[in-house]
Amino acid sequence: MELPGLYNYWVVVFLMMAGFYVVISQGNLVKKLVGLGLFQASVFILYITVGKVSGGAAPIAVEGITSYSNPLPHVLILTAIVVGVATTAVGLALVVRIYEAYGSVEEDEIHAQDLVEDDISEDPPFTESEVGKQ
Amino acid sequence: MLIAIAAIRLRDLFAVVMLFGIYSLLTAALFMNLDAVDVAFTEAAVGAGVTTVLMLSALHLTRRWEDEPRHNPLLPLLVVTITGAVLIYATLDAPLLGDASAPVHQHVAPRYIEKGPQEVGMPNMVTAVLASYRGYDTFGETVVIFTAGLAVMLLLGIQEGPQAHRGRNAIGDQVVLKVVVKLLIPLILMYGLYVHFHGDFGAGGGFQAGVIFAAGFVLYDLVFGEGQARAVIPPNWLHRLAALGVLIYGGVGVVSLLQGRPFLDYSVLAHDPVHGQHLGVLLVELGVGITVFSVVLSIFYALSGRRRQS
Repeated sequence: MELPGLYNYWVVVFLMMAGFYVVISQGNLVKKLVGLGLFQASVFILYITVGKVSGGAAPIAVEGITSYSNPLPHVLILTAIVVGVATTAVGLALVVRIYEAYGSVEEDEIHAQDLVEDDISEDPPFTESEVGKQ
Repeated sequence: MLIAIAAIRLRDLFAVVMLFGIYSLLTAALFMNLDAVDVAFTEAAVGAGVTTVLMLSALHLTRRWEDEPRHNPLLPLLVVTITGAVLIYATLDAPLLGDASAPVHQHVAPRYIEKGPQEVGMPNMVTAVLASYRGYDTFGETVVIFTAGLAVMLLLGIQEGPQAHRGRNAIGDQVVLKVVVKLLIPLILMYGLYVHFHGDFGAGGGFQAGVIFAAGFVLYDLVFGEGQARAVIPPNWLHRLAALGVLIYGGVGVVSLLQGRPFLDYSVLAHDPVHGQHLGVLLVELGVGITVFSVVLSIFYALSGRRRQS
């Protein structure tokens, strides 16, 4: 590779920040999960970049090859990807349940509904005490 | 990078999810370029295949369009820029790409590379490290996947039996698709088996095989209508299979414990230690494959089987 050696890290940082931006700025919960996915994939790229040895072959032993890329990051990321899809699925399941409970997947609307419910639930003790007086 | 930006800008969540799939596929190509063949495999099957389908099922249950953003994007943008600048500054000290003298390559990796093929008796070092040297980690990860499947089922409810929604079909009656898919599915399943049992020698293993197998069934279910795949493998079987996979993995560890060796030490499984390692890795990968397959498929069932609330 003739590119500067740090180029991959900069791509990783850019993608990571893109994912981070989506997570903190967007109100839609599904989109937040996509942002988390972007962030996650950038970490994967970081690990694989670290494991690369220039001139090395893929870590499968073949006669006559002496230099291999580091297999350890590959193992870590391999399992992390599958764990990642499982945790994303848990997130999606939560989003589906939130939608069923609130009728929305927008953070602001959900928050507004929560506030309204809090106002309602603060009222009853008041009326109960009035009932008690009577 | 461009795809990531587009994914942020678009408000049509359907397009966002599709772009995310393309992004995953490109990432897989990048991994291939960086010599990580096993990882590229997994990313292509998981990121571009399964995650996209799961996200689309979730979108079907919620809403396709996102609302107009109401907040000012400047503050998050500022935070992100500052964090990014700090990270870029940190990379200036990082080792260059492909530098063989970087700290990561000094510690345990040389031993895995030099001794792995002899001690474990298989050329694919990734599989050797995954299932033998780092068997504890992989066991933990299998349990995490199992737990995630459990959590999804607790959240979305368990459907028993194959007759949940017979005959409903998401994309209508497409003859061309049906014929093509009918030809493809045996190939996908065969390929899954190949990837599983060839994982010792080439790229592949239990994680990839489980996902590829599940993707085959997901495809079948998508094209032939919901309820069809459920008739082949009912959800209640899947729950038992997921537990069985973890049990196989843990069981191999217990067997080596009973023989007086540490947990997950496979060299006692046969008379010859290398042969024992081979057998142990094969069994453990089988456990992983079964768990991953059944968890991914039952998550898909749970998401797709839930009716849209009006």
